[in-house]
Parts: sequence; C-alpha cells; structure tokens
Amino acid sequence: MKTFQRRHVLRTTAAVLALAVTDLGTFALAQDKTSVRFGYAISKTGPNAGGAGITTLPNYQLWVKDVNDAGGLEMPDGKKLPIEVIEYDDRSSSEEVVRAVERLATQDQVDFILAPWGTGFNLAVAPLFDRYGYPQLAVSAVTDKAPDFVQRWKKSYWMLGGGHDYAKALAAILADASKAGTINNKVAMISVADGFGIDLVTAARPAFEEAGIELVYDKTYPVGTSDFSPMINEASASGADTFVAFSYPPDTFALTQQSQVANFNPKVLYLGVGTGFPIYGKNNGDNATGIMSLGGIDPNNQENAAYRKRHEEVTGVAPDYWGSVITYASLQMLQEAIKRKGLDREAVSAELSTGTFQTVLGETKLEENQLRKLWWTGQWQNGQFVGVAPSDRDGASKIVLPRQAWTK
Amino acid sequence: MLVTALLSGLVLGGTYALVAMGLTLQYGIARIMNLAYGEMIISAAFLAYVLYADAGINPVVGLLIAAPAGFLLGYVVYGVMMRPLVARAKDKASLEIDSILATFGLLFVIQGVLLVIFGANFTSYNYLNVAVDVFGTNIAANRLLALVMALVLGGGLYMLLTRTLWGTALRAVAVAPASAPLVGINVDKAARMAFALGGALAAAGGVVISMYQTFTATSGVVFTMKALIVVIMGGVGNILGALSAGLILGLVETFVATYIDPGLTLAATYGIFLAILLWRPAGLFGRASR
Repeated sequence: MKTFQRRHVLRTTAAVLALAVTDLGTFALAQDKTSVRFGYAISKTGPNAGGAGITTLPNYQLWVKDVNDAGGLEMPDGKKLPIEVIEYDDRSSSEEVVRAVERLATQDQVDFILAPWGTGFNLAVAPLFDRYGYPQLAVSAVTDKAPDFVQRWKKSYWMLGGGHDYAKALAAILADASKAGTINNKVAMISVADGFGIDLVTAARPAFEEAGIELVYDKTYPVGTSDFSPMINEASASGADTFVAFSYPPDTFALTQQSQVANFNPKVLYLGVGTGFPIYGKNNGDNATGIMSLGGIDPNNQENAAYRKRHEEVTGVAPDYWGSVITYASLQMLQEAIKRKGLDREAVSAELSTGTFQTVLGETKLEENQLRKLWWTGQWQNGQFVGVAPSDRDGASKIVLPRQAWTK
Repeated sequence: MLVTALLSGLVLGGTYALVAMGLTLQYGIARIMNLAYGEMIISAAFLAYVLYADAGINPVVGLLIAAPAGFLLGYVVYGVMMRPLVARAKDKASLEIDSILATFGLLFVIQGVLLVIFGANFTSYNYLNVAVDVFGTNIAANRLLALVMALVLGGGLYMLLTRTLWGTALRAVAVAPASAPLVGINVDKAARMAFALGGALAAAGGVVISMYQTFTATSGVVFTMKALIVVIMGGVGNILGALSAGLILGLVETFVATYIDPGLTLAATYGIFLAILLWRPAGLFGRASR
C-alpha cells in the first residue's frame, strides 16, 4: 500500500508540474512574444545555388532588413515585433530540403516558413507545409498543375504560372508575326532534358501546332552541355526564322555567345532561364536588344523601379527580370496579411487567398490561390527586359520584330 | 558539314584535353588523386574574372598571373598537405586512399572560401568571343585558344618528359617510385614539381575556360569528373594520352550531336569511355603492368 501511495503522489506531482510548465509556456508565448520567427531552407550550395542566389535569397534578406529597419512586423494591435530568421542550406538536395522544413516546423517551431527555390523543391515540401498548417507562397515554381495543387494543399499559393501559359503566349506572338509577314512560320527549337526544359517543350509542341507553326528542328540536350555549335549549325541550316531554346542559365549564356560567333541571326531569338538575369544585359549590351524570354517588367512602374534600385543597394546584386520582384511581392502580401490577422496561420492563409494587397507589383490579388497577372513573354529593349505579352495588359511594351543582327 | 563538325569537335576536345593534362601529371607522377582539381580550375577562373572585371586586366595577361599562382598553390599544397601522407604511406594503395580523403576535404575548403567571397551566383564574361574563319567554318577565338594551348602545352610537356634528363627523372618516379632514389633521383622533389606543374596547368585551363563558359563557386566537381574520364581513358600519367583522349571525346560528342541526336552526347561519352576501357583496361597509352 505504501509503495502505491508513494507512486500515486509522485504521479500527481509530475502531472501538476507538467501542467504548470505547459501553462507557463503558453503564458510566456502569449505575453512576452518579443519576435516573430521565420524559417526557410534554401540552396546556398550545389547546382541550384546559382538560381536561388539570384531570385530568392536576396529578396528574403532584403525583406527582413526592410521590415526590421521599419521597427518590425506589425501586428493587428499595432505592436511591432522584429523578425528572427532561421536559415538552412538544403545543399540542392531534395531530401535535405524536406528534412530542413520538417525541422523548422517541429523543432524550431517557427511562426512562418518561406518557400524554397525551384519547382521540384516546392513540390517536395508542399505536403509538409500542408501537414503542419503553414501557408506556402511558392514563387519560383512553374507548373501547369497549380489548379490541382491548390485543391490538394489548401494553403499553397502558386505565383509564376505554368509552362502552357508561357508557350501559348510565345505561339501567339509567332503566329501574329508570321501572319504579318515579318517571319516565316518555321521554328527550330532545342530544350534542356531536365525539369524546366521538359515542362516547357511539352507545352510548346501542341501550342505551336495549334497556332499553325511548323517545327522544323526539335531536339533536347543533356544538362551540362557546353558546346552548342552543332545545334546552332543545324538550326541555321533548317531555314527557320525563329530559334527557341528552353535552356538553363549556363546554356543561355553559351548559346548567346556561340550564336554570335556562328553569325547565326534568327529573326526571333527566344532563350530560357538566365535571359532575365542582370548579368545577361551587362555582358551582351546592345546585342541583347530584341532577344526574348519568359517574364519581364513594366519599365514605367515607379514602385518596381524603386524596388530594383533598393535591391541592388542593399544586397549588392541586381534583381532578375522574372521571379525576383514576385518573390518580394509575395513577402509583402504575407506581411500585410499578418498585419490584418496576426500570427494565426489559418486566418493569414485565408486572407492570402481572398485579400487584395498593395505590393511592388501594384494592386495584387490571387485567383484560386494563383497569381495570374504575370508577364508571359518579355523582350530586351533599351537595356531593360520589358514585358510584351499579354499585350493588352497595362504597362505592356510593344514587341519589336525582327531583332537586329549581332553587332560586332 | 563534315569539316564543320570535325573542327567543332577538335575545339571542344581541346578544352577537355587542357583540363585533363594537369590531373594526369598529378595522378600519374605525384601519385596524388587530387579531387580538389576542379576547384583549382574554378579558383583560376574567378581570378581571371576579377582581374578582368575589376582591374581591367585582359585574361591573356591574367594567364601569366594565374599559371605561376597555380604552380605556387600546387607547390604549397603538396608540401604542407601531401608530403606527410607520402612519408607515412606504406604502399601505393594507402597513399591513394589517403590523398583522396585529404583532397576531398581540400575541395570543400576551397569551395567554401569561393562561396564566401563570390557567393553562389553564375559568373560569366565575354572575352575574345569573335569568329575566326578556319577552312570556311566560324570558330570562336577563345575556344580556338584553348585548343592551341592544349596542343602547345601538351606537345611541350611531352618533349620535356621524353627528351630531357629532368623529364626522364619524373617518369622514373612515375614508373618506380621505390627504385628511383637508387639512381640518385630525389623522389620528393620530383613529385612536388609534378604536382605544382599540374596546378599551373589547372590554373591555365581555368583562365581560358572562364572566357567562354559560365561557372559558379560550386561547379568545380564537373571539371574534376570530366578530367578524370579523360585521364583514365588516355592512360594515367600520360600527357599524349590525355591529349588524344580529350580530342576523341570532343569529336565523339560533336559527331553524335550533329548526325544522331544532341540528347545522346552524354551517353556517347560514357559509351566510348567504356569501349576504350574494355579494349585497353589501362587506357589508350597506359602500360598494362601498372
């Protein structure tokens, strides 16, 4: 009997103590919350670091600095809390990004998690964001499946469109130019045999066919290809006025250089990721003029211009002309939603879905958890990469075709 | 078309050969399997970029700075890191394992330093990106420079190794490191010289490649892999082997891309690698006894 009693006492004490501790815990959380914790896993090393280091990471850093310089993140009661950041390097490995996000949710117990870079990585972590109830603002993810994903993961937001959007916009431009007699209806197309290239090329083939455009050369090449002269020579001999490459940044740079050497002058030159990088304009100067790609900006949008200037001043690098500004806008949306609803992730997510926000993009509103007001095609004009399609959108620049020949 | 493919292939192969020659010296003569080799190439590429973009020094002059710097780096790395390993190694195999582990660590040290200084962004600049007309085909001058350098350096080193006493001593160390001291060869000095020369070649390759290829702080491993394939295909330690294996790879890739499908270049690279190793397990110019 005695032992039983002692055990009983011990058990009760333990229970009371535990209760007291948890109570103290919640008390401390509610009253003394001195900062808001944001966490993210990003590719700081490995093959994805180049892309993440341009589009995503500088914007996360810029935004945190902007918010903290302004006194912190504003809560509904007007109180401002500084942002505390927990950052993990996913080393460009999808296992690592999943592990890091899980850790942020369970061990670090951050208030919000920012999305990783890349389509594949955002898909890899989407179930985790969903399970732990975090809103996921996936910016650097291009996917046609977004309408399905928002059904499956209610708190996921997809902000860069899908391959079909970009392919259809390009097909429409080519069909119009061909009808106007500016170019013939033949296209030579190459694509990288990896995520981005496969997505875009599978969308482009039917889109071109529908628009009455003939594909006279259609090849894929492996990641890491450095010499494109065989493909350029074939494309040049194919008689096509249009050359399209759904390429990765190193390929985009190499294609530009090697087309100049081969004196390959298609009337329409459309290249993939990397065309919208500031270094592309810097390296190619006037020769960039007329080259098209995905994305773009409205050159007359003052807020965007101010953002670009501040981005360069604070982070030391210029933003790209595609996903950068959207990454920053997504953070502003989150900031505003928190200001309206506090740190309740359910309420913030609902606000993100339905609210209208003032961001560097202007007035921003999601449709079915997707950002649809985007530039599907852009073109280098006067040293800036400007949006040309959809041509009926406010701020669209007029497309200039054919592009000039390379100057040497 | 045939001439174009042939020339493009040779020029691409020139890059591969240039990258591989330093590794074959380091692995073949100094017996150090240097996994940080690609990082040495990338360091030189960044050096050339900084000199060109910030100081306005043209990369050809940058070559004259980078190559001696690469030599010095190789010399110091061998002296500080490799010599203790060589001294305590019981046999060839244990030295190989130790050096692989040590240079694997060095890889991350160099990569980390580059990441801290330059970040993870893509780096590229245009230099000598002008067309040179060779037999009616437009070839980029910077790539042609890589081929010419590969041929000149390869040929020069081959002559040095086969026609001079100094070169004979280096080869003796490569063939029989245990017996070389018996004829008065300072094995340590010879191995150190070979390793440093390998560093200089890596740096020279890095500078030339930076003129036309986009690189990041973490892309060194790609070069190590490519160089390793070329070195093993050509026969470890053989300069002419590296040169011919590099050119063969370039030609195969270009011909496959031109006449079959660009998507098969990678498969063709490994296919020819496999075929050559089945035919000659020690590589094209390798000695079976080693």
